[in-house]
Amino acid sequence: MELFTNQVLAGIATGAIYACMALAVVMIYQAIDHLNFAQGEMAMFSTFVSWQLMQWGVPYWGAFLLTLVFSFVGGIVIERLLFKPLAKAPILTNVAGFIALFAIINSVAGLIWDFTIKQYPTPFGSSPFLGSQLISTHQAGMIGVTVLLLIALYSFFRFTRIGLAMRAAASMPESARLVGINTSWMIALGWGMAAAIGSIAGMLIAPVVFLEPNMMGGVLLYGFAAAVLGGLTSPFGAVIGGFLVGIIENLAGTYIPGVGNELKLPIALALIITVLVVKPAGLFGRPIVKRV
Amino acid sequence: MSAVPEAVTEAPVTEAVPKRAMTLGVGTSLFVLALLIVAPLFVKNFIVFQLTMLLIYGLAVLALNILTGGSGQFSLGQSAFYAVGAYTSAILMEHVGVNYALTLPVAGFVCFAFGFLFGQPALRLSGVYLALATFALATAMPQLLKLGYFEHWTGGVQGLVVTKPDAPFGLPISQDMWLYYFTLIITIAIYIFSVNLLKSRSGRAFMAIRDNEIAASAMGIDVALYKTLAFGVSAGITGVAGGLGAIAVQFVAPDGYTITLAISLFLGMVVGGVGWLPGSIVGSAFIIFVPNIAEGISKGLSGAVFGVLLFLVIFLVPHGARQVAMVAEHLLGKLKKS
Repeated sequence: MELFTNQVLAGIATGAIYACMALAVVMIYQAIDHLNFAQGEMAMFSTFVSWQLMQWGVPYWGAFLLTLVFSFVGGIVIERLLFKPLAKAPILTNVAGFIALFAIINSVAGLIWDFTIKQYPTPFGSSPFLGSQLISTHQAGMIGVTVLLLIALYSFFRFTRIGLAMRAAASMPESARLVGINTSWMIALGWGMAAAIGSIAGMLIAPVVFLEPNMMGGVLLYGFAAAVLGGLTSPFGAVIGGFLVGIIENLAGTYIPGVGNELKLPIALALIITVLVVKPAGLFGRPIVKRV
Repeated sequence: MSAVPEAVTEAPVTEAVPKRAMTLGVGTSLFVLALLIVAPLFVKNFIVFQLTMLLIYGLAVLALNILTGGSGQFSLGQSAFYAVGAYTSAILMEHVGVNYALTLPVAGFVCFAFGFLFGQPALRLSGVYLALATFALATAMPQLLKLGYFEHWTGGVQGLVVTKPDAPFGLPISQDMWLYYFTLIITIAIYIFSVNLLKSRSGRAFMAIRDNEIAASAMGIDVALYKTLAFGVSAGITGVAGGLGAIAVQFVAPDGYTITLAISLFLGMVVGGVGWLPGSIVGSAFIIFVPNIAEGISKGLSGAVFGVLLFLVIFLVPHGARQVAMVAEHLLGKLKKS
């Protein structure tokens, strides 16, 4: 039983990261109806920026905030320069664009900071949390940050004018334009926010997986799995999906013989396909009806 | 974030390509064929090997082209089918001792079955969701191949070494040269098969589904059958390419078939022009030679150079090589008149 509680808690802790990634994925999906395959690399790049700032002597939280701003602006710039012209292009072209972005960011990060593995500090320390042996303070901190982020996002979309405008632009672009919302800028804003959220995920996970240009590969797949499980249209669902994926991953690794570490990615695959087949809208998403 | 179901007109995965625009004229085809036959006679063995890989990747890109350009479905998971084909050939050759040429139809058939089965759940997905599911498949494939259960057959992380076949009937040509012509024959056969497939009733059904799924089903096309069929055919051809690849490289290992391969094949299709079958060879040349060129321009930044080149293609020639070919044809036509 203790093993079980242990694994569930550890699952929730890793799930927090997937939840952040999934949130970023859902943000962009809401804004432009595409999955950003370069999301993980954008997060990785932001994490490197924060690391560099700390190397220059900026304290952790200062670097954290500066990185958020950098990522937000970076996300908007990428959208304005590269993806706004592709808005009307077929899905295929967009996916190719994401892949190109992926290659560029990965390679540039490798050139600037090279491919060696780096230690990344945690602001929460890694002692046992509240004297319990189950989770460390860093893991507790990750869960806390994710929950805070979700509350902040919820309030933003629920209570602010600009949040409402973004929702309107996402669900009915034409009508939104008619009531005077600048939908094009709402999309850019969505990109900026997604990039910022992704950078938070990157900075939280870096102490666990260590910092290197390829660190987000697996995490992104889990982020996709979480987003699909929770429903691609629901930020709340994405977070729940993230925690669930974390728990499922850990429990499967512990209890199903032969899974261990080597089969963790296939679990994400199985999860994605099961959800897509059984309930394509995800747990909390809206079903989509197509018309001719 | 209301509970009302959202009604959307789905953006097309790719633009509609008329059937006639999918192939080359007879004259041009013969010219390209002659070029492919003569080319290896004048170059070194290593380049012959590269030309062989060019044809093999060309086949894999062609397979993806049938799936996407033909039936409008999406796949970022072609590397998984390629891997299954490669492993089928390698295992049959090394463990069972089957002749290399006979392993290819088996690889094709196994992959056809695999693709057909994977197409079943994929049926219910479209656009991004399908991209996602196949992306997950490609990411998970290397780990599945490393599994302890199959280690006796697959060689686990180590992979399998494949013997390179000699030229038959005592022909006085090198192994590489023979393999090139062997691949060329298979490529031509599959190319002709694909062209005819797209011209046939099934091909028209694919294209009707691509252009509008709901309208296609209203016209009496069995959408489920044809979508899975397209998946199966595409996977089957990719499997043959994978088998050929295993023989040419003389080695299969899980890490040779990562998501990077799937992405390369996808890029090959975009660069060659979606739905334009001859473009597959151009796309294949892009994915084989451009990384080398990028490396030549800047060693540390090869990925970035590659990405920038890709963006240039997307922005300047969004229809890939097809667009270039059409412009060239148009210019030639003008020249002839004047």
